[in-house]
Amino acid sequence: MEARAAWLNELGGVQIGDTTYDIQIVAFDDQKDPKRAIAGMERMAQEGVHYVVGPNVDDGAAAVRPVAEQQGIMYFPYSFPKELFSPPASNAILGMVANYQSGPAIYAYLKENKGVQKVAFVAANESDPLSQRDSGVEAAKALGLEVVSDKVTYQVDTTDFSPVLLPVLQSRPDLLVLSGVSPANAPQLIRSARELGYEGLISTETGQDASVLAEGAGELANGFISVGGASTPELASDTMREFVDRYTKMFGEYNDESNTKVYALEYIIETLKANPAALTDVEEYKKTIDTFEAPNPFMVGDAKLRYVGRSSFGQKRQVSVPLVVTEYKDGAFETLFVAEVD
Amino acid sequence: MEQILANGLYLGAQYALIALGLTLIFSLMNVLNFAHGQMYVFSGFVCYTVVVQLGLPFIVGLVVAAVVLAVMGGLIEKFLFRPVIRRSKRDESTMLLAAGIAFFLDALILLLFGEKQRGIPKVVNGVFNWDFRLIMPYDRILICVLAIAIIVSFILFMQYSKAGRAMRALAQDRMAAQLMGVDVDRYSMIGFAMGAMLAGLVGALLVSITGVNLGMGGPTSIKAFLMIMIGGAGVISGAIIGGFILGMMESVGLSVLSSYGDVTYLLIFASLMIFLAIRPQGLMGKPWG
Repeated sequence: MEARAAWLNELGGVQIGDTTYDIQIVAFDDQKDPKRAIAGMERMAQEGVHYVVGPNVDDGAAAVRPVAEQQGIMYFPYSFPKELFSPPASNAILGMVANYQSGPAIYAYLKENKGVQKVAFVAANESDPLSQRDSGVEAAKALGLEVVSDKVTYQVDTTDFSPVLLPVLQSRPDLLVLSGVSPANAPQLIRSARELGYEGLISTETGQDASVLAEGAGELANGFISVGGASTPELASDTMREFVDRYTKMFGEYNDESNTKVYALEYIIETLKANPAALTDVEEYKKTIDTFEAPNPFMVGDAKLRYVGRSSFGQKRQVSVPLVVTEYKDGAFETLFVAEVD
Repeated sequence: MEQILANGLYLGAQYALIALGLTLIFSLMNVLNFAHGQMYVFSGFVCYTVVVQLGLPFIVGLVVAAVVLAVMGGLIEKFLFRPVIRRSKRDESTMLLAAGIAFFLDALILLLFGEKQRGIPKVVNGVFNWDFRLIMPYDRILICVLAIAIIVSFILFMQYSKAGRAMRALAQDRMAAQLMGVDVDRYSMIGFAMGAMLAGLVGALLVSITGVNLGMGGPTSIKAFLMIMIGGAGVISGAIIGGFILGMMESVGLSVLSSYGDVTYLLIFASLMIFLAIRPQGLMGKPWG
């Protein structure tokens, strides 16, 4: 977001109504701590900020809800609890594709194309991975897949996953789902599974980091399926390519998932352009959501920025970004398939 | 069962090595080094830098990490712990200093190496597979053997070298050792450097298997404290026994109790509380210190 904001400012700022504004990003690190997330949201309110991108975990996103609603803040969490986006809640907008949207798409693809019948789930003993596991299990069962293991969990600070995975792999799944796995744990889990002789498929519904997988698991990570960023070489416009260049120059190393995050800022700016009264009044923003549509600068063709989520949340409280499912191969992600979410 | 025991042995060897450094520092200086886990992480990143970024062999990374940590430990003892111990009679002063060093190292690691998980290529490829009854990658076997070799070398060093004898004398009775001509400052610094070096060795060894990230320091320290609580604080044999017991409990718990969710560490903590209530000095510790 900082890379995109600096770029727009360099171009002379953003015109909203009759005024041209420079974009200022106010950063706050909540360290995944709900108490700090509340403090951060209160600080945003004190500074007159009405649009917040984050928090990134379920606990934090749920914790800031009262502050956001009382202080008139729209926020774009990267966490998935449906109650944050469903009525009566109205201030949160999901900034990416949720696991309960990507999971069924991945399982259906693997069932149809790879003959997957038996699925095992393993998750870290934390709220986000556990809730992602539960919704994954539900989605797999709904597709008619047999869930052969869904009770095994691990501590996030685990250093040796062989004992964790041993009972899971004894259930002989065709697909091992690493629910909500962090980029730090994914290489070790994959490596342990392969070293224990597991030859089936491994997937997750979270975004991963190719360089971390390459360093931590090497070629053992080949074939690992995960949700990629919101872009592929086929989808990326010149603007997206330039964003990647600028991001890389600014931060040294590009992470594929960053192109998901850049969307939130674009949606905020374009919605404010559509209704300048929303600059200081988020109720105006909410009124604009249902009918809002603008060209998507990050995709080729006539792709549009628009809010979705009616089928998942009963109202439009999700940004529309492509669901890109990738397969890791020799240090890079290759696109497996692309889908859309409503 | 063979697999569970092998996993326990592998975990135990690495845990014992982690606990050794911590218990050495405690026995010599009565300092609970809360920064032990951060030292382990720092060393992992040093090894990563040498092997991946500079493209040098793993053995070079291992040696560089051990030397860097030994120097770091020596400097920390000389310029931080020694003045504090001299000026303050209160035990909590060194504990607070150790906690401060842990926070400092966390910040330093973030600044120098970033927040990402890092790892180095496998040291040895291939997997030992005994009819699917016992599966163990060769690199884990190598690390396990190296860890045991380092533990044995450490015991021999402490038993038969002049410095080892001086440090054991210091651990038994600091005043008596001083009266017998042992240079307390010098051997305290050597002991702290060796403790940090052991953290460095295990951090560098494990970066080839588990990788390393910023968040690993705190949990590693907690496990190290668990081990010395089980074995007895300040007792070398206790640290080794504590490490192997914790490794075995973890391996058995994760396999046998997997269907009940993540209860292994809950049971380990509960067992430890009961155990400490009955035997607060640990398995090998003496009630009088």
